[in-house]
Formats: sequence, C-alpha cells, structure tokens
Amino acid sequence: MKRLSRKDLLDLESVSEAEIRLILDQAEAFREVALRPVKKVPALRGKTVINLFFEPSTRTATSFQLAAQRLSADVVDIKVADSSVKKGETLLDTVATFEAMDLSVLIMRTSHAGSAAMVAANTKASIVNAGDGMHEHPTQALLDLFTLRRHFGRIDGLEVAVVGDVLHSRVARSDVWGLLKLGAKVRLCGPTTLCPRDILGLWPGAPVKVFHDLREALEGVDAVQVLRIQMERLQRHLFPSTREYSRLYALTSERLAVAKPTCLVMHPGPMNRGLEISSGVADGPQSVIGEQVSNGVAVRMAVLYLLAGNEAEAA
Amino acid sequence: MNEPVERQLITGARLVDPAQGIDGECAVLVEEGRIAAVGAEALKQASGAAVVDAQGLWLLPGLVDLHVHLREPGQEGKETIASGTRAAAAGGVTTVVAMPNTVPAMDSVAIVELVRAKARAEGVVHVLPSAAITKGRQGAELTEIGELARAGVKVFTDDGDGVMNAELMRRALEYGAMFGALFMQHCEDKNLAHDGVMNEGPASLRLGLRGWPKAAEASMAARDAVLAEATGGRVHFAHLSGAQSLEIVRTAKAKGLNVTAETAPHFFALNDGWLLEHPYDTHGKMNPPLGSEADRLAVIRAIQDGTLDCIATDHAPHSSLDKNVEFDKAAFGILGLETSLALALEVLVHGGHVDAAKIVSLMSARPAELLGLKGRKGTLAKGADADLCLVDPDEAWVVDPEKFQSKSRNTPFTGMRLRGRVKRTMVSGRWVYEDGRGILA
Repeated sequence: MKRLSRKDLLDLESVSEAEIRLILDQAEAFREVALRPVKKVPALRGKTVINLFFEPSTRTATSFQLAAQRLSADVVDIKVADSSVKKGETLLDTVATFEAMDLSVLIMRTSHAGSAAMVAANTKASIVNAGDGMHEHPTQALLDLFTLRRHFGRIDGLEVAVVGDVLHSRVARSDVWGLLKLGAKVRLCGPTTLCPRDILGLWPGAPVKVFHDLREALEGVDAVQVLRIQMERLQRHLFPSTREYSRLYALTSERLAVAKPTCLVMHPGPMNRGLEISSGVADGPQSVIGEQVSNGVAVRMAVLYLLAGNEAEAA
Repeated sequence: MNEPVERQLITGARLVDPAQGIDGECAVLVEEGRIAAVGAEALKQASGAAVVDAQGLWLLPGLVDLHVHLREPGQEGKETIASGTRAAAAGGVTTVVAMPNTVPAMDSVAIVELVRAKARAEGVVHVLPSAAITKGRQGAELTEIGELARAGVKVFTDDGDGVMNAELMRRALEYGAMFGALFMQHCEDKNLAHDGVMNEGPASLRLGLRGWPKAAEASMAARDAVLAEATGGRVHFAHLSGAQSLEIVRTAKAKGLNVTAETAPHFFALNDGWLLEHPYDTHGKMNPPLGSEADRLAVIRAIQDGTLDCIATDHAPHSSLDKNVEFDKAAFGILGLETSLALALEVLVHGGHVDAAKIVSLMSARPAELLGLKGRKGTLAKGADADLCLVDPDEAWVVDPEKFQSKSRNTPFTGMRLRGRVKRTMVSGRWVYEDGRGILA
C-alpha cells in the first residue's frame, strides 16, 4: 500500500506535490465511505487517536473526530479546559503522558506557531497540525484543494484569490503553499495592514501577487477564498471599523461579478456574515462552503490513514 | 597555582593594551594584586618573581562586561553569583555589571549591598551591581538615585524593560546628572514590540511567529537621544541590534551628545535567518530579537566606525524549563559570558573586520572608562588592577554547553567552531581560571 513517507503532517511548505496528490486521491476513495449506510472502514482499528485542542473549534475538531471514528480508531477528544496543561504541566509532559498510553496520532490545535513541530520532534507518535497560531493549517488547505479539484478536475493553471487577513491567517499560508505546488496562480488581497507586500518574501519568484483593491484582485479569477476577520484585530489598530472593512473588502454579488462566471466561493469558517462575505454570496449558487466541510472529513481520513493506517485495511 | 603568589612576571605574550598604546611582546610584573611594572621596567624588577611563560598567547586586560544577568537573588535555578562569576572567569571576563532584574529588583541600597556581600563571599570575579531606574522596575516612580549613587552604583537601568514614560526618563536624566549616573536604556517601545517574539520580516512571516519591528528599538533610541540633548544626562544604549537605531546613535554622537552604546555578540554573529535554519528553536529567542542580515552588517559597521563603544554579552541564563516550551512561551535571552571573546575573535578579527586592539577597546578599555574605572581597569598599565587574561587567538574549539561553568545551557552556538580560546584568567593578582583545569579559586 501507499503511505506517506513522513511521520507527521505539520505544514504544506515541506510537503511535495506528489504527496499532496496521494492525499487527494486517497480522499477521493474515502469520500465514498460517507455515502454508505455504515460509514466505517477498519483502517485504524486498534489505534489511538487523540484530538488536543487548545483553541475553540467546532468544525475542525468535529471533522477530525469523525474522520478518526470512521477509520475505526479509538478517539479521545481533549479540550484545553479539561487538560492538565492548564494546571501548569508543560505541553511536552502532557504529550509524554499520552505516549505512555500508546498513542498513534495526536491532532493538535494551538495558538502558538511551531508547537506541533516541537511536539513532533519529541514524540514517536504522528502529529497532525490542526492549526498552530499564524503558521499553518495544512488539512484546511488540503480540503480546499480537494474541493477545487473536484470542481475543475485540476488545480494547475487556476487563478485563485485569497481575501482578508492574510497576515494572521494560517489558512492563507497553507493555501498558498498548496496552490503553488499544484500549479495555481495566487492573488492575495486585503488592506496594507493585513496583507503587506512583504509577505511575498515567502514565495520569491512564484506566481503570487498582492492587491489592496478587491475589484482588481477578483477580476477573472477561478475561485476566491474569503478569510474570517477576527474582531481582536480591531484592538490592534489594523483597520478602523468593521463597517469600513466591509465597505472595502466584503465579498458581495456585485463584486463577485468581475470574476469568471464559474468562480467558486470558499470560506474556511466560521463566517461573519455581512462583514467579510454577504449572505447572498455565502448561500448563493457559486458557494461551495458546505462542500468544503463535507470534504474535510474525507481529506482528514486520508491524512490519518496515510500516516498511521494498518496495512491493507483501507476498504 | 591559585595561591596568591607575591610577585609574578608574565613574559612572552603579545600585550594588547590600546589604553597604553601597546600592541606587541611585552612583559608585565604583577605584585600585590596590581600591575607593578610593564616592559623593560618589569624585566628589570623581576628578580625573585615567579615567571609565567606565555609564549604564543595574547595578554589582554581582563574583560569588562557591562551587561550580565546573574539572577541572584530570586532566580538561583538559572544562575547564581557564584556560577555566573565562574562563567565570567572562563570567558576572560574579570568585571561584570550585574543587571537589576532580580527578584526582588535591585532598586535599593540594601539589595545592592546584599549582592555585593554575596559577590565578595562567593564571586570569582568583580561584581558591580547596577540599580533600577524605577522602583521595582515598574516604570512608575524613581528609585533613590542619589542614595544609590552615593553607595557606589554607577549604572542605572530597568533592563529587561525600557522606560516607557518619557517624562519620567527626562527627570531621571536631569536628576541623575547631579551624580554622574549612567542611564543604560533597554530600548523597547512596548506598543510597537507588543507581543512580538522575533524580528518582523520574511522569516517571521514564514514561521507564523509574531513580528517585533526594529522600529521598537529605534523609536526609543531616538527619543532618548533627544532627551540626552535636552537634559545633558548620560544615556547608554544597551544591546543595540538594528540598523536604524545605530544610525540614530551615529547622528547623536556627531552632534556631540553624551551618548554611548553597546551591542551583544549574537547581533554580529547571527541574523534572524538562524530561525529558518532552526525552526522554532527557542535558543534563537532574545530581547531584542536577532535582526536581518542588513542589521547584522550595520552592527559590524558601527563597531568599526566607533558608533558602538562596547560589546557586552547580555548574558541571560535560563533553565530548560524556560526554554523547552512553545516558542511564544519561552523566555527571552541566551548565555554570553563563555562565548563572547571567542565570537568576537572569530567573527570580527578572523573575519577581517577589526584588529585585536579594537576588541580590547570594545570589551575592556571602553566599558571600564564608562564605569569611571579608567586607569584601574581596562588596561595593564602600571598601577592598574591585575585583572587580565591570556588568550590563544587561533586555538579552535567547538562550543559545548555541557562544559560551561554557567548553571544554564541556553546558547544558540552549540556545535559552532570558534577560533580564540581563553587559556587563563587572573583577578586581582590571583589566577582564577585555567583552560583544562577549570576554576582555580
């Protein structure tokens, strides 16, 4: 069977095009499982998967939980309030405790960039980064790629806009790495404070452009990923008001009209309707926001299986 | 060897002593903790003295480090006065200025005296306590600067934090001028640095770590240059790391203002690309953070042109408990005492940027002068304290923190090959350290 030749999935920066394709192909196979009356395969039977979430999360935590359960793993969900990390234990000690209980995969979400990498370097278990601060959120990007590929049959040659708080967004970083690796062109758009030109330094020579005008950014694109605006950004003076933000950057039907008629609208959630996206667009015919969520389970099944799956039990 | 020998003649070494204008083979006679004679005079008076043959080595005035965190009282798990001064001796450093961010802070004569007493009893090198500018280093009320100065404190600093309140800083400079106080500013505008953990730039964007713009350092440096001009007070800029702030100091000096400045070895040895090579390695986390390559080159230029007066280590011991955690949560700071001279020799001298005399000026003569110790320290002229070190400038060694005298191990230089090795260190006429034997005192 095919496996990822890596212990962990920490980012998309270090993942190859071939590995991404392997994950997306495997996700295609698992997508069918969701359509069965009994949505289970034995691929992770007897393995322990722990979901360790230090930030509130509805969709990502649920998605990983379902993915692991559908692979027949023993799944434990830990929210930060329940864990001893709050009692002063270090993250590495917490993980050592899990490891002593024969952990196979640890899925981690924290607000600290690099925490998944730190844990990965200190444990034999596979680590899946479910978001580390502003750094990366690789499975979100994989499900975005999967969604695009299902609609267009390819990623290569697509032009994709990512709009909003690019600076603080782990989704944006992972999306750009993944899109570039599969041959897409990327347009980043947001105010200068949230989408600084310096960010292009991450991808020297790559087909990435920065826009501060939403209309220009959307002209002729195949897809647009709208990022969530976090209210705490206001306290850091990154923009003057939500009213002004939405006047300049909210994705409305009128603005979407300059994109290709087939343009897909994506959002990693949770949405602030009326702030970064209008309800008309979010619920409109071009929106694939719901599909992103369903695809997320299949993609995460693929990741867990390819990292830790039992031999020949994928069916 | 460590028994005080009445009279010792050190011969055969190249004496590098810019304060005397000497750079060449020159004997030095040590007697009763002082330099009794230099050169031909030393040889003439040497009868009966024990002879130390230092052929092939450099003889330097003991290094004077303006910026050392000894952590005692309060954080003895990281370092103590005993262990920190042992580390100093191993690095050729014979005088350290102890930073006041202890627990409690060194903000009163009582705590300063406590540190002095401890240092006399347990220290291996000279310890000069600094004192805080504000009570508890809280940035709100002035310490009793006059009392502290009368008790012999030369350096005032809230190091670890900058003094954010411009009015308070103005009054400190104005008032402290009466006592000749030197105000060492940790330049960090808290609003600009905010919750940053590394230099803001391509590397921070890539790693997703919160950026800390160099403007946080430069804006406070600019403000204090203005205040130095307005008050005539003495401002010393600590651990400068960015091209912008160095340009501000250069301009201030050109105007003749009473300002001086130091950098730390990591700012000429490393840049923030180190964190891309060692992602999230908390040994690359310090305050201020490592700058860009342009910043690093600006530091070297500022060393060459005299904008920077001193190299000080900002020796900041932390235990693995403080460092073996998420990057955001890790303590700022790295060890410095046991690698500073070797880094200066490797990067600056072997790298062809400056000569040996410049290193002695940066690490001994000039800091001694800023402390008001000119003639006594920072030189091996007749009558000076017999604080010195013998150095093999070419001996290569590989940094291994397990061999450090410090209690802590937090260095980014592990595994780095450096040329320049401290062979022996003498404090007040007594040999306190010898390479291979360790601490002798």
